[in-house]
Amino acid sequence: MNEMTIQKSMKKPGNKAQSPAGGKAAIKLKEHIVEIISDSGEGAQKCGQSLGAIAAQMGNGIWTTEIIPAEIRPPARSVAGASGNRIRIGSGYITNGGDETDLVVAFNEQVLLGRVRAKELKPDCIILLENMWRSHSDPKVADSYIETYGRLVAAGYKVYEIPMEQECLKLVADARRGKNMFALGMLCHLYSLELKLAAEQIVLAFGKKDQSVVDANIQLLEAGHKWAAANLDFCYSIPALRATEPQIVVNGNTALALGVLASGMEICAMYPITPATSASHYLSEVFENVGGIVHQAEDEIAACAFAIGASYASKCTVTITSGPGYSLKQEAIGLAVMGEIPLVVVNVQRGGPSTGQPTKMEQGDLMTAIFGSHGDAPKVVMAPGTIEECFYSIITARKIAETFNMVVVVLTDAGLATSQQPFPRPKFSETWMAPPVDQSPVPEGARPYDWDETTGLARRFIPGQPGGMHTLTGLAHDRDSHVAYDAEINEQSIRLRSLKLAALQKTLKAPALFGEPKGDLLVVGWGSTKGAIEEAVEMMRAEGKKVSSMHLQFLQPLPPGIKEIMQGFKQVMTIEGNWSDRPEDQIIDETNRRYSSLAILLRARYLVDVDCWSEVRGEPIKPGTIRRVLMGKLKK
Amino acid sequence: MNMMSATECLLQMCDEHFELEDYQSGVPRWCTGCGDNAILAAVQRLCRDEGLRPEKTVFVSGIGCSSRFPHYMKTYGFHGIHGRALPVAEGVKMARPDLDVFVNTGDGDCCSIGAAHWIHAIRYNMNITVFLHDNQIYGLTKKQASPTSPIGTKSNTTPRGSYLEALNPLTVTLGVQNVSFVAQAVDWIPEVLFDIVKAAYHHQGLSFVRIVQRCPEWLPKSLDPWLHDPNKVQLLHHDNGLQPSAGLSRVYKNQLQHDPLDIHRAREIASSTEIVPVGILYRNPQVPCYENLRRSDKLRTPDLTRAGLNAELDKYTIWPQEAKQKVA
Repeated sequence: MNEMTIQKSMKKPGNKAQSPAGGKAAIKLKEHIVEIISDSGEGAQKCGQSLGAIAAQMGNGIWTTEIIPAEIRPPARSVAGASGNRIRIGSGYITNGGDETDLVVAFNEQVLLGRVRAKELKPDCIILLENMWRSHSDPKVADSYIETYGRLVAAGYKVYEIPMEQECLKLVADARRGKNMFALGMLCHLYSLELKLAAEQIVLAFGKKDQSVVDANIQLLEAGHKWAAANLDFCYSIPALRATEPQIVVNGNTALALGVLASGMEICAMYPITPATSASHYLSEVFENVGGIVHQAEDEIAACAFAIGASYASKCTVTITSGPGYSLKQEAIGLAVMGEIPLVVVNVQRGGPSTGQPTKMEQGDLMTAIFGSHGDAPKVVMAPGTIEECFYSIITARKIAETFNMVVVVLTDAGLATSQQPFPRPKFSETWMAPPVDQSPVPEGARPYDWDETTGLARRFIPGQPGGMHTLTGLAHDRDSHVAYDAEINEQSIRLRSLKLAALQKTLKAPALFGEPKGDLLVVGWGSTKGAIEEAVEMMRAEGKKVSSMHLQFLQPLPPGIKEIMQGFKQVMTIEGNWSDRPEDQIIDETNRRYSSLAILLRARYLVDVDCWSEVRGEPIKPGTIRRVLMGKLKK
Repeated sequence: MNMMSATECLLQMCDEHFELEDYQSGVPRWCTGCGDNAILAAVQRLCRDEGLRPEKTVFVSGIGCSSRFPHYMKTYGFHGIHGRALPVAEGVKMARPDLDVFVNTGDGDCCSIGAAHWIHAIRYNMNITVFLHDNQIYGLTKKQASPTSPIGTKSNTTPRGSYLEALNPLTVTLGVQNVSFVAQAVDWIPEVLFDIVKAAYHHQGLSFVRIVQRCPEWLPKSLDPWLHDPNKVQLLHHDNGLQPSAGLSRVYKNQLQHDPLDIHRAREIASSTEIVPVGILYRNPQVPCYENLRRSDKLRTPDLTRAGLNAELDKYTIWPQEAKQKVA
């Protein structure tokens, strides 16, 4: 799986500090976390994405995270309505969203309150706050603003009141459209980013509209830049470590879709569901350019069944969904397992159970992915840990599905789906693609399920192949695909389908270890927590702690070598984004504590006392939080 | 292309001549007198008469008595899960328009658990031939009322008689946008059953054939009024539809001229419950097929993929020299 190794291709930072406009000396930083938040529809998302893109163009490491309200149009000025983007900008490679925010631009004090209450801001966070509300005609609004402002200042935040509306109205009639570009101009000044790059982003975003829109936005951008230079008494620079090879900047869902494009799959069947849909949006836009089709089915079950039908008759097919849709597909997935039809199922996990938290990050579907569907239904489960792995895991999943005639589940989550991170531009290889559909006559005497006694593998007969006619069935069947209620045949066929997982396991490499192979504590994780766990481990190692981590891309089958790695450590624990009972709860003890998913798997398989810590707050787990947890674990 | 000699051509023609046995697989395990047997006979005859290549023909089914159908065909078959035969068949057809795709589904499979797919399959209008084996009862699970059971049907789940009016599969189908072929047959008139199966096969688009069939095990007498009184069966005929033979016309005197292009009249005829209309209710070859709308002519070569992927990657790429210039 060397396609998945991250190639770190960054140079050391340049030392030359830039001198920003206005003559203030720029404070040099290693990294900063910036947020732009507004009511839905005020363009904070766009502003944040542009800021991330500009920083990436400068050569900075970035990780952007969308701040998404659950509703399309929440009421204006509501605490739960914050919409925007959070950008972690660093000198070097950035692997996750980081801890609390250093600087926030807020278009009103209510959305800001939401972020304060969620404890997303650093105690001394700099706040750039739209001040139009202070003189609002509705006294309730004005009072609320004044009161909140006072409380934020008292709490120790550095609040700058910015007349964004007023300044924008000098240039445009409706400041609601354009305030975001004024904010972008301010941020370009504050972080010593090239204004020219920002102007390019505007052309990219509005170029399709008429030139007057582009011009107006560029004027607003410049106005913001000028205003910040003249009125703010600080600015920063984050020297960039330059990449030596081309990088691409996309979010996890786009990376998934690009993976589908590159894998040689030809059909994606889906049904709209948050947060998976944007992958299909993008695929709908571009798949046809390479002869592919996105089929929006009438429901999740139909999407899965359609994909199965297409896979059965042709090349492996993919269906993309999220938790509730994944639950609905279970019976069909079982059919693909039973019929040994290759299939890739992507589950972009969200908060559960039930409708849960559609836009929020959670890692709650691991057990369903492994054990879902009734009866013994062995399938492969993979979990990319970075945006880059989102791309390559689809290519690998397609290959495994077709080699082993199995269902391969790829688990990402809402965190990866909407986060952006640069990674080396993939170089297309023909080996990524599926071979042409076999239409040659089936050899004399070959049977549709000629299971190999050692590996359980069998060739697959595809419609169109002369001599291969048989009826595939979800019923128990023998090597001729004949319905068989015979006890012996039933047990043997279950055995052989199970052996395929072992056969795959034999081809896997032991997971890489992050840190030294011996120590006091080993942290095990899977999926989107990779960057945060490794950052926490790195911090602790710098403090002399003997901590290492291991991140699993294959959850079913588990690769070889895990037990040996665990044996090198005094303690082992998982960090996960799914529920585990809190040992401090009064009625929780060792006889009833429910562990996190991966911890259960590791305990069951290796008979090792694996502890766990998890949270299900709907947000990516922060490296600082993990560090605190690990410190606590070491003290025990 | 290799040039074939005349002898080779003849040999191949000989080779491509199919007999009924070429489509027969195993001994059907349906009850004696079950309508499924009549449907199987008609379909095997169609395959032989049309010379369908067994390896290029796929029968897809769901779950139920009728869904055992593919096991008795010596073609490719897909015996899937309850209610989902249609989306599986759609996937097959989308991936492989060169295959002849048939669906066998029952009244429970199609009109109950798979009803959502039924509506949308009509809307997609893919070139698939669908046989609704409607015996008005769940057979495999041993006698429960189905959506098409007549009101008052006594079954294991409705021991005091079923409570609801039966769903009419014909009017439902004719009510969906993009419907392109609807016909009704009965298992006890094999000649018409065959003619309808044949017309359905030749239609470009989704052909929906409801076959009213007997269930001798669970509803042995329910269709007796129609079996015993030929006048309760109305044969639809038209120059653009079926033309019943003289022999048939002697028995079935209740006949109606109906133009299959007339959807309003088709809906009226379909609404009748006392009289069972038999024939082609609606046929419109002009409705576009979803697979033709969606499939591109592009041959999916590695070069095309490489070019497409690189064009996309270009949109998101940061080139190092560019970054260098701009930082400096």
